[in-house]
Amino acid sequence: MRSWDPFVEMETLRREVDRVFNSHAPVTRGGSGMGAFLPGRSARAYPLINLSEDNEGFTVEALAPGIDPEKLDITVVRNSLTLSGEKPAPEGIKSEQYHRSERSAGRFVRQISLPTEVDGDKVAARYNDGILRITLPKVEAAKPRQIKVAI
Amino acid sequence: MAENTVATTEEHDTVVDQEETRAAEQYITPSVDIYETSEGLTLLADLPGVQKADLDVQVKENVLTIQAHAQQLSSGTPVYREFQLRSFFRQFQLSDRVNAEKISADFKNGVLTLKLPKAEETKPRQISVQVG
Repeated sequence: MRSWDPFVEMETLRREVDRVFNSHAPVTRGGSGMGAFLPGRSARAYPLINLSEDNEGFTVEALAPGIDPEKLDITVVRNSLTLSGEKPAPEGIKSEQYHRSERSAGRFVRQISLPTEVDGDKVAARYNDGILRITLPKVEAAKPRQIKVAI
Repeated sequence: MAENTVATTEEHDTVVDQEETRAAEQYITPSVDIYETSEGLTLLADLPGVQKADLDVQVKENVLTIQAHAQQLSSGTPVYREFQLRSFFRQFQLSDRVNAEKISADFKNGVLTLKLPKAEETKPRQISVQVG
């Protein structure tokens, strides 16, 4: 039989609490992942994104079905991209009328840090079939340069 | 040269196999909203990345099946990844009170809207009370 050790008990409790907090917070936020109970931050990063890169620039694909493209706001400052907008809820439906409610609705904002600076004037966005595609060309200084070796 | 490492996060969507015996393709259960009005039920399903031609909605023996195929479109080298587009699959058991013949569907911006009208005999009827 093991004797009761208060320090072991406390450590177990601390780990349990950490687990509860972290399981609700996205790891994707880049922070400590402790966002779930802080005001003004959603428990889950929305929209989910995929980021890909080629020599010319970046492509961000955001999974955002049913948003209003008119109300979508995309801003680029240096290497940071901010998406904000709203996913409207069905109008005039009272909560007691719902049988299932799995699609979340409401306003969202998400900031994405890109690996290099991008050219804000050349950023283009398209919204198709519920997926937002943003192409962000890199600034000239950030593009890879081929260097010829003189022999 | 090291392989490109792609950061992936925990899969948020529940991935299900449509049939255990034919698990060649993996499916995501789409999120839905279902609400009821006096006219019938409305079902909204999020199906991002699906084109109209790849969407299949069927009613057979009171089972509503939503099946869709999403196309992966990324170009370039993936740097950071949070989602993967897979096919969608979900079934619902309909009650007899739904008029299956009159189901209408609309698909816009990756959201499927199905209107399932109630059968005539189950619609609420206003009964006027006569006094005296």
